[in-house]
Amino acid sequence: MSVRIHEQDFDVSAEMAAMRKDNPKIGAIASFVGVVRDINEGDSVATMTLEHYPGMTEKAITEIIDQARGRWEVLDALVIHRVGTLKPTDQIVLVIVASTHRGDAFAACEFIMDFLKTRAPFWKKEITPQGARWVDARVADDQAAERWKT
Amino acid sequence: MITLLYFARLREALGTGREELLLPSGINTLGALRAHLEQRGDAWAKEMAAGRNLRAAVNQSVAMADTPIKDGDEVAFFPPVTGG
Repeated sequence: MSVRIHEQDFDVSAEMAAMRKDNPKIGAIASFVGVVRDINEGDSVATMTLEHYPGMTEKAITEIIDQARGRWEVLDALVIHRVGTLKPTDQIVLVIVASTHRGDAFAACEFIMDFLKTRAPFWKKEITPQGARWVDARVADDQAAERWKT
Repeated sequence: MITLLYFARLREALGTGREELLLPSGINTLGALRAHLEQRGDAWAKEMAAGRNLRAAVNQSVAMADTPIKDGDEVAFFPPVTGG
C-alpha cells in the first residue's frame, strides 16, 4: 500500500508492472487516471494549480485505502496525486488496486477514487480567460461517495 | 500555543496561511475557536461566519464544532475539497 503526493508526472505502466512483480497471488489490477480537461463550467482552462495539506492529505488517503481493504480483498493499492501547476491533457491522479479477481479490484478502485474526491484535502485553482478562480466542490461528488454507505 | 493553518480560497481571503495563537482561556472546542476568530472582524468576520461552508481538521483529522482543542494542537480551516 502506498500513497505519493508530488509535482512530477507518473508512468502508469511502470507502476502496474512494479505492483504485479513478485506477487503471484495477483489476478486482477484495476486502475483509474484523472486528467486535466480544457473546459470546466463552460470556460476554457489554460492551467490549473493544485494545493494540498501536507501530512493530512497522505493520512486521509491512507485511511480511505484502509477502509477499502476492510470491504474488499485488496492485495496491493497505490495512489499518486500530483500537485503544483498542470495543463489540459496532463495526468492528475492515479489509483491502482490489485486483487485476486476483478470484482474486488474494480470496486475498491472506484471506492478509493470517490472518497479521495470528497475527503482528501486538495484544492484546485483554474486559470481561465476570465482570470483565476478556485474550483467549487460538486454535489455530484458527494453523492458518488454517499452511495457506498449502503 | 496552537498552530492555525488556512488553505486555498480561505488562505487568500485572510492573507495568511499559518499563525501561532495563544489559546484564550475558555476556548476549548473548534466551534468556540471559530467564533473567536470571527470576532477579529473584516475578512475574518466574513470567512469564519457560521453560514460559510468551511471544513476543519484538528491534528490532521476531520473535526466538527464540538471537537476539543488544547494547547499544542494543529488546527486547520479550509474550503470543501476539490482534488482528483
